[in-house]
Amino acid sequence: MSDWKFTARQLAKNPLSLTGVVIIVIFIIIAIFAPLIAPTPAGQLNSYMIPRDGYWAEPEPPSNAHILGTTQGQYDIFYGVVWGTRSAFRVALVVMSITLLIGIVLGSLAGYFGGVLDEVIMRITDIFLAFPWLILAMALVVVLGPGLKSVMIALIVVWWPSYARLIRGDILQVREEDYVEAARGLGASSGRVIIRHVLPNAIYPALIMASLDIGAVVLSAAALSFLGLGAPEGYADWGQMTQFAQNWIVGPLDNPLKYWYAVIIPGLFILFFVLGWNLLGDAFRDIFDPRLARR
Amino acid sequence: MELRSYIIRRVLLLIPVLLGVTLFIFGIAMLFPPAQRATLYVTNMRQLSNLPAIIQKYGLDKPFFVQYGTWLNQVLHGNLGWSRAISMPVAQAIPHLLPATLELAIFAVPLIVLAGIFLGTKAATHKDKPLDHGTRVVAILGWSLPSFWLGLVLMMIFYGYFSGLLPPGRLGIQMDILVDSVGFTRYTHINTIDAILNLNGPVLLDALRHLILPVMTLSVINMAFIMRLMRSSMLEALGKGYILTARAKGLAEKVVVNKHARRNALIPVITVSGYLFAGLASGAVITETIFSFKGIGWWAWQAAVMLDIPSVLAFALFTATLFVVINLLVDILYTRVDPRVRLGQGVQ
Repeated sequence: MSDWKFTARQLAKNPLSLTGVVIIVIFIIIAIFAPLIAPTPAGQLNSYMIPRDGYWAEPEPPSNAHILGTTQGQYDIFYGVVWGTRSAFRVALVVMSITLLIGIVLGSLAGYFGGVLDEVIMRITDIFLAFPWLILAMALVVVLGPGLKSVMIALIVVWWPSYARLIRGDILQVREEDYVEAARGLGASSGRVIIRHVLPNAIYPALIMASLDIGAVVLSAAALSFLGLGAPEGYADWGQMTQFAQNWIVGPLDNPLKYWYAVIIPGLFILFFVLGWNLLGDAFRDIFDPRLARR
Repeated sequence: MELRSYIIRRVLLLIPVLLGVTLFIFGIAMLFPPAQRATLYVTNMRQLSNLPAIIQKYGLDKPFFVQYGTWLNQVLHGNLGWSRAISMPVAQAIPHLLPATLELAIFAVPLIVLAGIFLGTKAATHKDKPLDHGTRVVAILGWSLPSFWLGLVLMMIFYGYFSGLLPPGRLGIQMDILVDSVGFTRYTHINTIDAILNLNGPVLLDALRHLILPVMTLSVINMAFIMRLMRSSMLEALGKGYILTARAKGLAEKVVVNKHARRNALIPVITVSGYLFAGLASGAVITETIFSFKGIGWWAWQAAVMLDIPSVLAFALFTATLFVVINLLVDILYTRVDPRVRLGQGVQ
């Protein structure tokens, strides 16, 4: 049975992973139809900027004009979370695809050729892995200048070493297979052997890991935005919207939970997004656990 | 191979990694042009007009490796620059703020590890029963929660709704003054330990009150991982031959689980707990920031937001070193805990 079919069948059996799939599909729909769900006001050029209704600091509760209320500075929460879904996918896809690309190139070089090249690449990954991720990412964002682009670069720098290592390990196994030997014996060039014979058989675990890391990437980007190092003010970004709530956790004495909507709603979007991917990931871990034999 | 030569080899392997870390951090700093780096040496505005002289004086236009040598020499002598974020030299800032971070780690790590081991064991012995599914869902929820948001929600409830029950910060204002007064000796600067050593009940209670929410936030996020690790490790141990033997001997299930399986299953969990401690001791940036718990993680955030580059880089250097060293210690301890780990080759 092919890897994909086997995986799909296993997923369908497990209610938790099905829940994960449903959550992810809902988010994909929100992202695709964002312009219909929360239309950009006429005359606004950048749809990713949340429209604001005045400059009053205090968040406003849900009303007809703003169905989920407004944050500090009167940014519309509904618009923000809907377009925030799009930004989340954008960050995740950019970060994950570049990370994979770097991981595949360096991992293949290290795994296939071995020797000094392998040693050098692996020692470089050691250096990157010596840092706690958040601290390395923070340092890079500060040096590159805060902003969404810097956050993406920082996350790529943080993430690539684990992928280079994973792919290297898989390639080390596949390299010794008979069909690779055969291709080499027939005089195929190293590049051709890697691209046509080794990679297609070694890349599957990395692709799975990449798709599951989407949740983690979004969570990390949100954390950096929350710390005030990510998206520019007013950009539709869940992490930043949570940060907007930081000054409004406690309401007046007679109504301490007055601003609950500003605190709760953006965070729930992050939680469910990440939860969707993690539910899927947990099922994958069981499927790929070598100790659980395939039947 | 003997343990001693193993340790020597590991320590020697540490050197290239640490050199690489310093080179990398210095490389980041060098992304800035000399004129910009020169401004770090400026103490008053008038000097700004004479940047070339400063560049000359500190050799900021010299070749990369010459500058790297000078910088490394400074770092090895403990000169890490000035921290604008808290207005003191970085070399003083770290020891000043570390006790708070250690205090968090001292409370959070045992809680996380013990609860994780307990729940993980329960999940493994009840595999595919409701208890197993329940802990699985809790674990997945736990590691999907954004820690910053969880912190805000906890604060909304326990600081807002229960009006000031569990406040942010490290100590209340009165206690803060009290601990710095003559009658109170600061042995460690870790509030709870100092309070116990001074036999001061009110300070201890106040310190604990401030610790509950940050420790809770850290625990919920990190416990999931230990719990799942313990579960899979325990499942593996329960499948081993010696478990079958123990059961066949007619030992009570409780003895089999607690004495035979759990002891072996604990080994990977202990290793990971070491890493967890390393991670928390090097600063829980987000948690410390939300609760204004002024440790080194909070300082890193302050520095990052103020674009205080020397502090951020020094902090990165400090944490990476700490991380690498603690990992080494854990690996060495591991060889003592697990007799099956053979150092190098050779059949025993």
